[in-house]
Amino acid sequence: MSLTLLIEQILNGLQFGVMLFLMAAGLTLIFGVMGLINLAHGSLFMVGAFACASVAAATGSFWLGLVASLAAAAAAGALVEILVIRRLYERDHLDQVLATFALILIFSEGTRWVFGSFPLYLDIPQLLSGAVHLPGGAQYPIYRLAVIGVGIAVAVGLYLLIGKTRLGMRIRAGESDREMIGALGIDIGTLYTLVFALGAALAGLAGAMVGALQSVQVGMGEPVLILAFVVIVIGGIGSIKGALVGSILVGLTETLGRFLLPHFFGLFMSNSEAATVGAALASMLIYIVMALILAFRPQGLFAANA
Amino acid sequence: MTRETSISILIVAGLLAAAFIAQAMGETFYITLATRMAILGLAATGLNIALGLGGLVSFGHAAFFGIGGYAAGILATHAFNSEPLLFGLPGTNQMIVIWITGAIAAALVAVLIGLISLRTSGVYFIMITLAFAQMIYYFAISWPAYGGEDGLSIYVRNAFPGTNTLAPMSFFLICFALLTLGLILFALMRDSRFGAALQAGRQNETRLAAVGIGPFRVRLAAFVISAMMTALAGALFADLNRFVSPSMFSWHMSGELIVLIILGGVGRLAGPLAGAIVYVLFEFALGGITEHWQFFLGLILLAVVLFARGGVMGLLAGRARHG
Repeated sequence: MSLTLLIEQILNGLQFGVMLFLMAAGLTLIFGVMGLINLAHGSLFMVGAFACASVAAATGSFWLGLVASLAAAAAAGALVEILVIRRLYERDHLDQVLATFALILIFSEGTRWVFGSFPLYLDIPQLLSGAVHLPGGAQYPIYRLAVIGVGIAVAVGLYLLIGKTRLGMRIRAGESDREMIGALGIDIGTLYTLVFALGAALAGLAGAMVGALQSVQVGMGEPVLILAFVVIVIGGIGSIKGALVGSILVGLTETLGRFLLPHFFGLFMSNSEAATVGAALASMLIYIVMALILAFRPQGLFAANA
Repeated sequence: MTRETSISILIVAGLLAAAFIAQAMGETFYITLATRMAILGLAATGLNIALGLGGLVSFGHAAFFGIGGYAAGILATHAFNSEPLLFGLPGTNQMIVIWITGAIAAALVAVLIGLISLRTSGVYFIMITLAFAQMIYYFAISWPAYGGEDGLSIYVRNAFPGTNTLAPMSFFLICFALLTLGLILFALMRDSRFGAALQAGRQNETRLAAVGIGPFRVRLAAFVISAMMTALAGALFADLNRFVSPSMFSWHMSGELIVLIILGGVGRLAGPLAGAIVYVLFEFALGGITEHWQFFLGLILLAVVLFARGGVMGLLAGRARHG
């Protein structure tokens, strides 16, 4: 195990964490403002990836695909909000879970219907292909660094949007008292649709960026969705800051756990045994971290409106 | 007898009658469908204790379903290969031993999960139970000893004294008997002092505390009992398919169990069974028409949540007495 390998893994963890943040930010915003638990968020991730892959395949341009993914996911989000989600705000969480579970079935099977069962592939754009040299001589793909950059930009953008703009003020007001802002003459229906579409667009962006790193297929959003849930539970539901800290924590724990645990067990076990035990434990590690955090802080690290 | 009780008895008797009619017509496939309904009904009845009576929306009951399934798979494999299991204890192909082992294993895991997750409520509880089930799911995938991702085959269906479990009707009757016991237990529990405390905790935690009952221990007990019943169903499910795989732990399974309860009616005695009957029929009928049946299942579920609250039992027996 060398230092360069470790740096590479830390960067991978950051990139993974940033991608989780794009998902978790939308989820936590939707929960914070509307009080809605949205299982179908992973489907919007998938919609973004499929939109990007198919537009990129048709036009040959990744960048058009990226625009298409934002537009498609935001449109799908707005449509779903208007047709279905809007009726669920006053319902209990059980109804929300079931309705959005039904949406997953519809989205997944609908996508399979349109695109077939075979995965699509998305190439990394020319501009971002290639690698940079890390200190120590290793190479690291530029694309992954760009993903980290986009994630940081989105985090800053969200901070400015929510902290400094009029829309952000309304979102914050909606979090603390939805009836009051309605009484002050703000159209809550439109605000909710906007917030939902914004969350959906972030999920779509994440899907498109991940699509170039792995294959684009039905069901790709589900593992990410569950990790995003872990993130917002750790960070405190409704808190963007919590989502950021939680994402980086989960991203690093997951990646470094997979990398370091087999080495660690290798110190006192045979290699093959260490690989098995390490891999099994690494797959459980983030859940163990979550359980530990919740045992001490049941509302998460940065509970917003507990 | 109330309308609710008579309709519940009618549904249970209807399932039994359907199996006998299928037997008389020589259609063993339909007996298998009825067995599936009974097993899923039992699994969801288990969840109904936590979710329906206690208001604990567990999105991780697949963990217990899978533990039951793997108890059957692992014990049967060791018996089949004549390898000792732990501490020199042999495996077994006796269903009764498997059921007890599965239920105890699930109870132990449920205590651990419950101790942590019951400290929270609402959305946190939903997501934490989901996360714990995923943890076990990933463990099952990455641990190679029992098949890992490929799952584990049970070569010969496990045995029950005095019957040939390979005959579809005998196996159905075993599952049906356990389902009936499960329903009776649910009804007894619902009307007991324990059940009253559990339901009071769902309706108003503060008042329950005011009469001197802490909700935590009541909920933990309910969660564990609920897990044991679902694990029992999981063991039967493994024997039905003669195969267990990590997909029994998947969050789709947890979702499916919740779906069954909502389709049938939350907290109602025969709700989960009614839901399981309708679900398996949907799956069978739609699956015959189109390979994209899940798309239409999604639409139907959505329609049920949005427009037909109360599910099948709400339709047949009217609204529940207490909300």
